[in-house]
Amino acid sequence: MSVSRRSESVRETTEETLRFARRTPGRVWWAGMEARVRGLLVVAVALSSSTAFAQVAPSSVDVLRSEHEVGRAGGRLVFALRSEPKTLNPVTAVDIPSKDVIGRLTADLIHIDRQTQRTAPALAKSWRVSPDGRHYTLELRRGLRFSDGHPFDADDVVFSFQCYLDERNGSPQRDLLIVGGKPVVVRKLDAYRVAFDLEEPYAAAERLFDTNAILPRHLLEKAQQEGRLPQVWGLGTPPAEMAGLGPFRLKSYAPGDRLVLERNPHYWKVDRAGRPLPYLDEIVFLLVPSEDAQVIRFKAGETDLISRLSAANFAVLARDPAAGQYRLEDLGPGLEYSFLFFNLNALGGGSREAVSRKQSWFSQTAFRQAVSAALDRQGMARLVYQGRGTPLATHVTPGNKLWMNGAVPPPTRSLSRARDLLARAGFSWKDGTLRDGAGVAVEFTIITNASNASRVQMASIIQDDLREFGMQAQVVPLENRALLDRVFHSHDYEAALMALTSEDVDPNSEMNVWVSSGPTHLWHLGQSRPATAWEEEIDELMHRQLVTLDARERKRLYDRVQALVAENLPLIPLVSPNVLVGAREGLGNFRPAILDPYVLWNADELFWLPSANRREAGP
Amino acid sequence: MSARVGWPAALVVLAAVHLAALGAGFLAPYAPTEQNRTLPYAPPARLRFVDAEGMFHVRPFVYPVTEQGTVTGAYGEDRSRACPVRFLVPGAPYRFAGLLPGHVHLFGVDEPARVFLLGADGFGRDQLSRLLHGAQISLFAGLMATALSLGVGWLLGTLSGFYGRWIDAVLMRSAELFLALPWLYLLFAVRAVLPLSIPPARAFLLLVLVIGLVDWARPARLIRGLVLSARERSYVLAARGFGASDFYLIRRHIAPQTFGLLLTQAALLVPQYILAEVTLSFLGLGVSEPVPSWGNMLADLQHYHVLVSYWWMWVPGLALVPVILAYYALSEALDVRAGAASS
Repeated sequence: MSVSRRSESVRETTEETLRFARRTPGRVWWAGMEARVRGLLVVAVALSSSTAFAQVAPSSVDVLRSEHEVGRAGGRLVFALRSEPKTLNPVTAVDIPSKDVIGRLTADLIHIDRQTQRTAPALAKSWRVSPDGRHYTLELRRGLRFSDGHPFDADDVVFSFQCYLDERNGSPQRDLLIVGGKPVVVRKLDAYRVAFDLEEPYAAAERLFDTNAILPRHLLEKAQQEGRLPQVWGLGTPPAEMAGLGPFRLKSYAPGDRLVLERNPHYWKVDRAGRPLPYLDEIVFLLVPSEDAQVIRFKAGETDLISRLSAANFAVLARDPAAGQYRLEDLGPGLEYSFLFFNLNALGGGSREAVSRKQSWFSQTAFRQAVSAALDRQGMARLVYQGRGTPLATHVTPGNKLWMNGAVPPPTRSLSRARDLLARAGFSWKDGTLRDGAGVAVEFTIITNASNASRVQMASIIQDDLREFGMQAQVVPLENRALLDRVFHSHDYEAALMALTSEDVDPNSEMNVWVSSGPTHLWHLGQSRPATAWEEEIDELMHRQLVTLDARERKRLYDRVQALVAENLPLIPLVSPNVLVGAREGLGNFRPAILDPYVLWNADELFWLPSANRREAGP
Repeated sequence: MSARVGWPAALVVLAAVHLAALGAGFLAPYAPTEQNRTLPYAPPARLRFVDAEGMFHVRPFVYPVTEQGTVTGAYGEDRSRACPVRFLVPGAPYRFAGLLPGHVHLFGVDEPARVFLLGADGFGRDQLSRLLHGAQISLFAGLMATALSLGVGWLLGTLSGFYGRWIDAVLMRSAELFLALPWLYLLFAVRAVLPLSIPPARAFLLLVLVIGLVDWARPARLIRGLVLSARERSYVLAARGFGASDFYLIRRHIAPQTFGLLLTQAALLVPQYILAEVTLSFLGLGVSEPVPSWGNMLADLQHYHVLVSYWWMWVPGLALVPVILAYYALSEALDVRAGAASS
C-alpha cells in the first residue's frame, strides 16, 4: 500500500527535511503555447548554426539553444555530497545525493526552470493540451543520442513511463503518474510524437514530467522484462553499461571517496553562439559526511560549490579573511518550513496510553492556538538562523511568491492571548504550573532530530517560551531514523519538531501532507475518513484545486487551505530558513535558485572564467 | 610536576572550586537557564574603571553590549551610558547548596543591561552562571560516583579476598567481565530503552549510578589483593585463633589496612569520573538542556562555527584543567605518604 511505501522512502532520505515528489501548476494553455513558439525558434536556430557543432552532433539534431552567458569549455567542478548516493537508478532513487547525481546524468521531457519556476521544453520541444485538459501530445526532439551514441526516440519515452508505472519497480514517481485513480496512458504516435492520456483533468500536468528521467530502452529493456530493473544501475555499475540524456555521463566511482562524471559529447543543448554544452569537462562529487566538514573543505578551496549552508556557517564563511576566494549568496526564504506538531493519531491503549491521555489537550484547537501564540518565532529566526529566516504563519513560505496567501496575518507573539485561550478552554494555573480541568499538570516531550542543531535549538527556545506560562516541555533529541519511526510507524510521541521542503512551488506538491489520507499527513496518519470538519474541508479544497485548470481559481482554493491551516494549526508553523549558497570566484553562469538542487541545476551552463584559478580535468 | 605543586595548594584549589559550586546560586549573577534573545554569543564584558571621557570610577562598571547591524554576531559597546557593577543585588531565586533559598546575588548590574563576564552562549545565557551551576553537576557527579564505585569495590573486593574459594572465583570473573564490557556502547543501548524524557534530578542520579557501577571492578581487584595478604598476617591468624568472628576481623584488622588505598584511589578516580560525566554529557547521555553541566556546555563545540568563532565557549574545558591537576597532585601526595607509612 502506498502509505507505507512512501514513508519507507521518506526514511531513506539522508537530509533531515523530508522531501516530496513534485507536481505543479501554472497556466496550462499559456505554457503550452509559449513552448510551441519557442520550439519553432529553436529549430530555426539549430539549422542556421549547425556547422558550429557539426563534429559533435549531426545537422539534423533539434538542439535547444540556451539564452545565457556564453562561456568557455574545459575545467572541472568539485561538489561535496553529504552522503554516498544509494543508487544511480532513476526509477528507484529517493535520497538527495542520488538525485543530485542522477539529475546531471539524465534529462526529462518537460523541465521546470529552477529560476523562473515555469515549465520549459526539454526533450519535448513542444506540447499541446486538449481543451478538456486530459490529453497531452508531446513533440520530441529529433536526432538526439544517448550518452553512449544510441539514438533516442518515442520508444524510449514509452519504455521509461512503463518502468515508472510498473508496480514491481516500486518507483516513488508512480503515485504521481496516477491521476483520477488510473495510471497515465502513454501512447507512441510516431517515432517523435507521444500522447499522454489522463483519466481526469489535472492542473499543471506538464509539471509532472519534470525529473522523470528518460531511460535508454536498448540498455534496460531486458532487465525490465525480467523484473530486475530496481537492482540495476547501482553504484558499482561499469560506466559502459549506463547511458542517459543528461549533460554528463559516469566516468568513474571510488567507493566512499568520489564519483566522477565527464562531459556527454551527445548532449542536446548549445549556447547562444551555437557551441555545444556543457562547458565543463568533469564534475567530481566528493563524499563529505557533515556540513561542518563541507564548509571546511569549501573554505580550503577543495570544493567549488556549496549549498544547504546553515546561517551560522554562512556567517563563518562571510567573515573569513579569505572571503575573496568565493562568493556567498543569500537567496531569501526557500520552500522549507519547520513546524511543531502534536500527536493526533488515533491511538489504542498499551504503551501509548500516556500519550492518548494527553491528546485531550492536543486535540483542542484552542490549546494549539495558545501554544502558537506563545512562541517567539522572531527570536528563533534571530538565534537559530542569525536573522536569515522568516517567521511563518502557514506552511507556505514567502519564498513561494505565487501561492502564498497574503491575507493571513503574520504570526505575533502574545502571552496574554495564549493565557486567554487556555483559560477559556478550562485550563488554570496553580503555583505557576498550567493544569487542565482535572488538575493534571500540562507536561509533554518534544522529539526532534539530534543531528540537526537548528532543530534542537528551536526546540530549546520553544521549551523556554512555554515554561514562561507554566507548560513543562522536555526536549528529546533523537537519531533521525528513530524519530521518523516514532512519527510514521509506532506513533509513540507527544509532540515533534520537524521540517518539510517542497520540491516545487505548486500546491500539488503538498497533496501528500494536507489530504487526510496522505502518506505525510504527519499529525494523524492513515485516516480512512477525515477526522475533523476542517480536515474534510481541506481534503475537498485540495482535490478541487487538483482538477481545476483556471489558475486564479486554484489560487483562491489554496488560499482557503492556508487560512484553515493558520486557524487550526495541525502543524504549528515556525520559521523558514533562507537558502544560503556559495561558489568559488570565477564560476560563470552561477545562478542559484530556491528550488532543489539549489546550485547544480544548470550544471550544463556553468563554466570557469579565464580569471578563475581553473581546475583541469584529471587524467 | 603535580607533586611539586604540593598538596596544600591542591587542597586549597579544590576547596575553593567545590565551595564555588555549592554557592553557585549566590556567586552567579543570573539563573543558568535565563535566555536573552537579543544577545546570542555576546562576548565577555570588560570590567572598566576609566570611562570613555577618561574619568576614573572607584566602582567598576561595564558598557552595555549591543548588536550592530541586522545580522546577529557583530557586537559593540554602547559607550553612551556606563552600568556600574553593584554588589549583593536581588535577582533570580536559587537554593544555596541546594538547600537554603535565596535571591541575593554577589554582583550584578541594573536592568535591563547584562553583565556577562564570560560571555553568553547561543541563547544569550550567561556563561559564568552556567559554568558555576554546571560545576555542581560535574564535580558532584564525580564525587558521588567515586563514593559509589569505591563502596561497591571495597565490599566485593574484601569479600572476595577474605573468603576466597568460590566467592573469589565468581566475583573476580564478573569483575573481569565488567572490565571487558564495551561500556560506552552499552550506555547508548541502555539510554535507548529508558523513557524518552528523564527529569534532570533523575538523569543526574542515573549518571552517577552508571559511572559508579560500571567501574567497581578496578578498585575491587586492588582491595582484594590487599585483603588477601592482610588475612595471612600473624596477628590476624592469632585473632582468628582466639575465636574472633569474620565481621570482627574485617572491621578491626582488615579494613583499616585498606583505607590508605581507598583514599589514594578516591583522589585518582574523582577526576576520571568528572571527565566521564563530561564525556557522557558531551555525547548527549547525561543531564539534558537547559540544565547546564560542563559536558553539555562543551557539546556546543561540536559545531564548527562555535569552535572557530567564540573562544569563551571553551571555558568549561579550561576550568577542568586546574581541577584535574589538583586532584592528581593530591593523589600523588597521598600515595607518597602511604608509601612512607608502609615502608
